[in-house]
Amino acid sequence: MKDIKPAILLLTLFTVICGGLYPAVVTGLAQTFFPEQAHGSFIKDQTGRVAGSELIGQPFSTPEYFWPRPSATGEFAYNPLASSGSNAGPTNPAYLKTVGERLHVLREAGLSAPLAADLAQASASGLDPHISPAAAQAQIPRIARARGLNEEVVATAVTSRIEGKQLGFLGAERVNVLALNLQLDTMSP
Amino acid sequence: MSEINDIIPAVALLLLLMLLVKPMGSYMHKVYQGERTLLSPVLAPCENILYRLGGIDRDEEMGWQRYATAMLLFNLTGFAALFMLLLVQHLLPLNPQNLPPFSWQLAVNTAVSFTTNTNWQAYSGEATASYLTQMAGLTVQNFLSAATGMAVLIALIRGFARRRAATIGNFWVDMSRGALYVLLPLSLAGAIFLISQGVIQNFAPYQTVPLVQVFSYDKAQVDEAGKPLTGTDGQPLLATVIVDQVTIPMGPVASQESIKELGTNGGGFFNANAAHPFENPTPLSHYFEILLILLIPAGLTYTFGLMVGNTRQGWALLAVMLLLLAVSFAVLYWAESSGNPLVTRMGVAGPNMEGKEVRFGLAGSCLFEVATTATSCGAVSAMHDSLTPLGGLVPLSLILLGEIVFGGVGSGLYGMLAFAVIAVFVSGLMIGRTPEYLGKKIEVREMWMSIIVILTAGVVVLILSGAAMITPAAVSSMANPGAHGLSEVLYAMASMANNNGSAFAGLNANGSFHTLLGSLAMLIGRYVPAIAILAMAGSLAGKKYVPPSLGTLPTDKAPFALWLTLVILIVGALTFFPALALGPIVEHLTMTGGK
Repeated sequence: MKDIKPAILLLTLFTVICGGLYPAVVTGLAQTFFPEQAHGSFIKDQTGRVAGSELIGQPFSTPEYFWPRPSATGEFAYNPLASSGSNAGPTNPAYLKTVGERLHVLREAGLSAPLAADLAQASASGLDPHISPAAAQAQIPRIARARGLNEEVVATAVTSRIEGKQLGFLGAERVNVLALNLQLDTMSP
Repeated sequence: MSEINDIIPAVALLLLLMLLVKPMGSYMHKVYQGERTLLSPVLAPCENILYRLGGIDRDEEMGWQRYATAMLLFNLTGFAALFMLLLVQHLLPLNPQNLPPFSWQLAVNTAVSFTTNTNWQAYSGEATASYLTQMAGLTVQNFLSAATGMAVLIALIRGFARRRAATIGNFWVDMSRGALYVLLPLSLAGAIFLISQGVIQNFAPYQTVPLVQVFSYDKAQVDEAGKPLTGTDGQPLLATVIVDQVTIPMGPVASQESIKELGTNGGGFFNANAAHPFENPTPLSHYFEILLILLIPAGLTYTFGLMVGNTRQGWALLAVMLLLLAVSFAVLYWAESSGNPLVTRMGVAGPNMEGKEVRFGLAGSCLFEVATTATSCGAVSAMHDSLTPLGGLVPLSLILLGEIVFGGVGSGLYGMLAFAVIAVFVSGLMIGRTPEYLGKKIEVREMWMSIIVILTAGVVVLILSGAAMITPAAVSSMANPGAHGLSEVLYAMASMANNNGSAFAGLNANGSFHTLLGSLAMLIGRYVPAIAILAMAGSLAGKKYVPPSLGTLPTDKAPFALWLTLVILIVGALTFFPALALGPIVEHLTMTGGK
């Protein structure tokens, strides 16, 4: 049992190193080299007011804004305090009913079939800031009508906001919904 | 063509991994042989201070019993410290949200979960754990449980490499050097890279931001006891809540994110784990995290080869792992890109996007889910519960095989070596040759220990899943009806008994049944095989070296690698096929048959 002493002492020492020094050093380097990222990549609107984080989606639902993906976060959609996916199984009848209701709302809003999967199905985090380019393009007529803008003007805004694959080959093409909507607010009708 | 473009990054990542195997493996070889490394000028003084303060004689050698005792004592101490921290986090600093303490059941489950390298999470990080808990509790165990797994593996390899020896190394030295020289520098570099991509790292309180577009929703009213209130007409009473601002959680995320992937721990800072944009903001951070998950397990195969004096032995095992990983990825990618026919029928185009993030791309999501369950990581960037039935079968099967395809840091390769011992023995019986592996005779004791390593988790999974099926409290925890509910329970038990930690997360795992029985499953699944491995190491170390002869089966050649693959698949299929048939396979048939 002479190994009890090293067990306690090593645990204490490693708690100081890995649980104290290491996060402190990482934080220090982060504040020095990447202060904006380390604090959550917050972005501002045209008036200079903080409008949220470009990494955390927001629950847009009115006709004049691009809509994000469905969200299954706790209490209400896009609640950053309760990140979560739906965890719905693929054959769950309640889930299939929900998808049907979402599709109904999208069709009422003038989106035509076939609909992009990311607009019908909820994200993993419930905070996904992006939609696919197809999901954004399908919403252009609705936005143009609601804002009294020319469809081509809105389409140009969408195209300018399409982020390509990272380094040219990683991940998927995507559109940041919050950034796109903030850009819409700067455009006069 | 789009599929090919989609798969290129996955192939590129695996190629990069293969290029890193040799440098990574050589470096770890130096670390565990006690040699000087590139980082010694900085770290050797730290190491010496650790030994001096800890009262450790670095040259002292341990027999297997003492090695195992030290390992258990160290993990027990770690458990006790973390358990207490969880119970008193509300009294300690670095708790800007004034989060309350964990309940004792949840504290037991969480402390067991992090000391066993499982990182099963029955709680939601952003709503439950203070910054101090995340750093000084969970992050510390991420390092130490990983270093423990690697130490046990190194002891086993020494058992093969040493001749007529009574000892297998010094646990304190192996554990300390693994944490200090391997995990710490890589985590530090990884964390900085992740921050550059947008992973947060700060000690600020949660930030409140106004929403660009205000919205409202109907919230069910509850009384003081939390029961829903109903109006005079018997309908639930609703009140309209206007949401004009939201609260965004903050915290030291990056420092935990990098070790959680590197140490194949997997416990997320946030509930959504590596799907959360603050844990995994870009496609590049996503592929980088996959690389971190696979890096050490892949490198250890080369360390193994160097230690036993024949690197081809390590490459043979790596080939088996790579084959199983590639096949798993292909099946998962095919299943998910085919979409969910029940949703497609409603006029939706594209793959199954439920529970997936747009930025990662489909192939990226699939590769992450395969890597995280092939190892014992259990971090997720897509929700496994929402995968198609055959898609969900892939991570479930990888876990049930015992996480030996790369596997947890240390634990994966020692599981694979147990399978290799069995493969050698069975082939020896079939072709009438003396079973030998790496110059050591495989005898009754080695067979016993290998069988314990391989079957422990399976026995626990099947018994506990059965128990859950006849326990009303456990049945009511299922989130999805029908065959999918069985998959949820089977996955939960598999994940805990194999120390993975990912979940079909619809299952409400916070009930007493799952927290306490699950804790037991995690303990048995971690320590019974680890002790059996150390016992086998002790027995092998004492044997003399038998030089290869004409009667020796070559274990560094392709035929043995294929044979080993078959043995793994046959053992897995014999143990779990009935359960898998009733869960994912039935669900697939109902889905495609349109009921």
